Amino acid sequence: MILSVDTSLASSVAVVDPATGDVRAQADSEGTRGHAEVIGALIERALEQSALTPRDITYVAAGMGPGPFTGLRIGIAAARAFAIGRGIPVIPVVSHDAPALERLSAAPGASVEIITDARRREHAVSTYAGLDDAGLPVRVTGPDLRAQGEGETLEARISAGSLGRVAARQLAAERVVDVGEPLYLRAPDVRLPAPRKRVST
Amino acid sequence: MNRDEPLVLGIETSCDETGIGIVRGRTLLSNTIASSMDEHARFGGVVPEVAARAHLEALQPAIEAATAEAGVALSDLDAVAVTSGPGLAGALMVGVGAAKALALSLERPLYAVNHLVGHIAADVVTPDSEPLEHPTIALLVSGGHTSLLQVRDLTTDVELLGETVDDAAGEAFDKVARILGLPYPGGPQIDRAAEGGDPTAIRFPRGLSRASDLERHRWDFSFSGLKTSVARWVEQRESSGGEIPLADVAASFREAVVDVLVTKALDACAERGVPRLLLGGGVIANRRLREVALERAAAQGVTVRIPPLSLCTDNGAMIAALASQLIMSGREPSTLAFGADSTLPVTQIQVAERETVTT
Ligand SMILES: [Zn+2]
Repeated sequence: MILSVDTSLASSVAVVDPATGDVRAQADSEGTRGHAEVIGALIERALEQSALTPRDITYVAAGMGPGPFTGLRIGIAAARAFAIGRGIPVIPVVSHDAPALERLSAAPGASVEIITDARRREHAVSTYAGLDDAGLPVRVTGPDLRAQGEGETLEARISAGSLGRVAARQLAAERVVDVGEPLYLRAPDVRLPAPRKRVST
Repeated sequence: MNRDEPLVLGIETSCDETGIGIVRGRTLLSNTIASSMDEHARFGGVVPEVAARAHLEALQPAIEAATAEAGVALSDLDAVAVTSGPGLAGALMVGVGAAKALALSLERPLYAVNHLVGHIAADVVTPDSEPLEHPTIALLVSGGHTSLLQVRDLTTDVELLGETVDDAAGEAFDKVARILGLPYPGGPQIDRAAEGGDPTAIRFPRGLSRASDLERHRWDFSFSGLKTSVARWVEQRESSGGEIPLADVAASFREAVVDVLVTKALDACAERGVPRLLLGGGVIANRRLREVALERAAAQGVTVRIPPLSLCTDNGAMIAALASQLIMSGREPSTLAFGADSTLPVTQIQVAERETVTT
């Protein structure tokens, strides 16, 4: 069983069957804050609802973003820690692949653009061109940041269930990709120290 | 749960050290620390986002290194412990998220604890040390905090006597180092620069030490005025075209910090009738601070305890040690309903303790 965790927008946890891609249980938080507060309870609830124990989990899927960094990290930290505790692998998944899979499953040949809020008047954008022979969304650009456009429709949520399905298909096709570092898409806010200001008047 | 000698793994991510510690009861098995200090150096201080990113990347290797050093498997653990606060919010959250998931995956209880009280608990797992006697006064000095505490019982009764009202002492070292053109971190740099300097050359102010301050701030600290005073002194010297006597300025500044820390700590010992002082926090690495504290405490009949430096700087062993004490004293684990609390008061030793069900 795959435990799937994504905190790139709100917090979402699901248990997904790797053989069938069925979502056995899913627990979501309201709102896009408080990831550290809710993450434990969501994992616990998803396990309970699927009537499974941690020992039944054999993979952990981690939504790697893009997402505002403070929240994004918590899901990745939780996913990695759960995997360490069980001694099982982490499957890193680009979070945009989850809504892309949902939309392309309804229209497999279509081209879709996934847009999420990146704060600071920017959006994170990925474009996809259909599903490949493994049923995985084919990402052609992104995720990248761009200035907010007018009238753009944002993804309201990233579903850990869909993210887990992407992971299941990656596993089945032996196409797990090392995403590397979380997709923060922004360098940390840092200021180099200014030259010393005079304090004397 | 094994409550006699629990095997506990502690996760500490409140600032720039990713600390994973493993203790069995009062015995230290591993104190693994990954620091992101070098990444902050060019910014002259800890950058919270840089620290938080580094925690995420360091956690897994640190956990693996700690279990390997301790010679235990994660499945052997009796409990997981984590710092809930105080500290940098974004940094704390990484540890909190990881600790919850680790505890769930191992099906083990989780203890969320107070970082400052953890510094005191470091004493418990100090190898070959006599048990800590209560009550004791504790002075915790680092780049993030400067706190004076009275500890009546490590797991139930810690009182905040005073704390800094502005900069932490370690921050003052960093800022004055910059004024003097020295790199980050400032503590060791100022120490080196002060070598051979005259600590009485310049009488820099002792913050919150005037009679009028003592009424309300007897055991509080302030280092921002001291920093400004050093800057002003240096500027005046520069504008009059004089040389800056670096060793004297560094030694005099350091003396002002050390003097006020030790004076207030020993005043608390005297006022509270407690002949014991425990030092903790990274600034304890400062040799002059240890010297003056030991010397003046001896004159006042106060015994000083200083854990080894690796247990004074932020670390996960102290977090595991505190949880181990909580477990041995019969406390229930924390629920999963807690987050990072950047201003967690020292009186809250454990966070979100589960209520005991009485039947
Ligand atoms: Zn500390």
